[in-house]
Amino acid sequence: MAAQDKLLQVENLQVEFRTRRGTALVLNGVDFEVRRGETLCVVGESGCGKSMTALALLRLIPQPPGRIRGGRILFNGEDLVQASEARMREVRGNRISMIFQEPMTSLNPVFTVGDQIGESLRLHAGLDRHQARERSIEMLRQVGIPAPERRVDEYPHQMSGGMRQRVMIAMALACRPDILIADEPTTALDVTVQAQIFDLLRELQRDKGTAIVMITHDMGAVAEMADRVMVMYAGRVIEQGTAEQVLSHPGHPYTQGLIDCLPELGSSRHAERTELTEIAGVVPSIWELGSGCAFRERCPHAMARCAHEVPPMIATGAGHGVACWLHAQPIRRAA
Amino acid sequence: MRTTETPLLSVSDLKVHFPRARAGWFKPPEVVKAVDGVSFDIARGTTLAIVGESGSGKTTTALAVMRLAPITSGHVTLGDTDLGALEGEALRQARKRVQIIFQDPFSSLNPRQRAGDAVRAPLDLMKVGTPAQRTERVAELFTQVGLRPEQQQLFPHQFSGGQRQRINIARALATNPDLVVCDEPVSALDVAIRAQILNLLARLQRELGLTYLFISHDMAVVEHLCDEIAVMYLGQLVERAPRRVFFSNPLHPYSVALMSAVPTVKGGRERAAQRIKLVGDPPSPIAPPPGCRFVGRCPMAEPACAAELPPLREVTPGHWVRCRRIEVVGGVAKPLLFLRQAA
Repeated sequence: MAAQDKLLQVENLQVEFRTRRGTALVLNGVDFEVRRGETLCVVGESGCGKSMTALALLRLIPQPPGRIRGGRILFNGEDLVQASEARMREVRGNRISMIFQEPMTSLNPVFTVGDQIGESLRLHAGLDRHQARERSIEMLRQVGIPAPERRVDEYPHQMSGGMRQRVMIAMALACRPDILIADEPTTALDVTVQAQIFDLLRELQRDKGTAIVMITHDMGAVAEMADRVMVMYAGRVIEQGTAEQVLSHPGHPYTQGLIDCLPELGSSRHAERTELTEIAGVVPSIWELGSGCAFRERCPHAMARCAHEVPPMIATGAGHGVACWLHAQPIRRAA
Repeated sequence: MRTTETPLLSVSDLKVHFPRARAGWFKPPEVVKAVDGVSFDIARGTTLAIVGESGSGKTTTALAVMRLAPITSGHVTLGDTDLGALEGEALRQARKRVQIIFQDPFSSLNPRQRAGDAVRAPLDLMKVGTPAQRTERVAELFTQVGLRPEQQQLFPHQFSGGQRQRINIARALATNPDLVVCDEPVSALDVAIRAQILNLLARLQRELGLTYLFISHDMAVVEHLCDEIAVMYLGQLVERAPRRVFFSNPLHPYSVALMSAVPTVKGGRERAAQRIKLVGDPPSPIAPPPGCRFVGRCPMAEPACAAELPPLREVTPGHWVRCRRIEVVGGVAKPLLFLRQAA
């Protein structure tokens, strides 16, 4: 992969939160890259650091108590961790933009959707009020909202959840960003609307070449959208690879668990009703991590070694890495 | 319909209409027809799932069964009791037999009430047993749902989402209900926790002979858990069938579209490419179109579909569908749209 394809390169990103209880490392050495025009899905349960990663990319971590402790976020070669606040304002919404989970709460109820889409255009592209309105109408049309000339003057409460999410997407894409970060964009929506939004994202990506970083916990959505997948657990990346590698040959027991615990369509064709596979227990609190692999308490394959040493990312194939001691032995023997 | 045994719950022609303020002095008051003529039965010890999009009236149906939403007309019968006709103390006593598990485990528990007290509350209110027996029962319920009895002293914020849903389940089971209404009990939970709660609900049903009315929008969850399924669209049932019959041969175009919209790990992008695309949003339940309510979004609609509301008819034994275009050839109902099953 040529260097210029790497739009975003995150190296050893660490984010900490300081509270009265002490300092918690919520992101602990996260490494990944986003290539031009691809979709990277970030998967994991709540509390694994998915959203924190997204916020860190835009330097939106509430500060204090949060802080980027170390690492680099190279965007087209420029380190965003070191960038000035003024430079970040130029990047946000313009080169990297974000859509949030809740379309109900992330739009401002007292401004028309046209005002809200136009804001970034006036700020970043220097359009005047009239031009911004024209572009807003055009954006609404692109995201498939009927009668955009009329809708542009409506307020968020006059729209359904699916329409609001489309407005969010129109807003995020107005300045033709290089990267769109979508934090669980369809969790609050019906499946039929989810399907429409996924189609829309794919279509816009094809036309504009935008890279998408999609955060989700639904493996079905991953299978449908992702080129590459990164699985997170307790603030670390535990598996990384192409969608095919991760979904068909998951290396980490956690990834395997996330795939197996989903009820699949077609279960009524089996003669017997089977129990769903469970991942026992819950994500450990950030205060209870201790030493070793954070997943070991819930892991069916935990070994003595897991309690003492944090497994490093071990390559198991071209571009496929798994942070689990299960993959350490055979590779060592081969070497 | 089922004639072999009397069903535990029988709902016939249920309507829940909410009046709105008049749009003008001389205009007639508008009515939101949230549930508009819904009928179904649930046999004892089985699960009926109602699926549909937001706004289809599935939750309102559940609330009406619980007598938590006003019934405009129709009958809700639990065993021999006409739930719809009860008032006052008689209704209060009948509530022992129907309990509900709500969707959001974060807002359905009082943050200032200890977990044990929340589970004990229905026993105290209904004066079930002696106080000592109640204490014993609460401990037993905690164990039954996979919590430790000593966790009774904790407050809701000290539990995770999955554990809170377990408390909700324990509270719903406290009075030994016949019918448990589950209103999207897992949709607010993480995927990994979902499996735990679904397995728990299945185990409790086996052990206690519970009857579930399961409200969901997730077809895969429903297929895993239900015995019978009813699909709702804009206040009405559009299809109803036993689990295997429905999932092997969904008939109504809306049901097929709903199933094709579910992303699956095995299906991936191929499945997405073959998806039946629905355009637009459902129409308003204030003034539904006169004909088939799905006509505006149906890829198979004909002009005649818009003229008259098709009845819910039994096309093959046990399989009911509200679509005038479904034909039966040689004892097999032919769907208009097909779903390519994932390999």
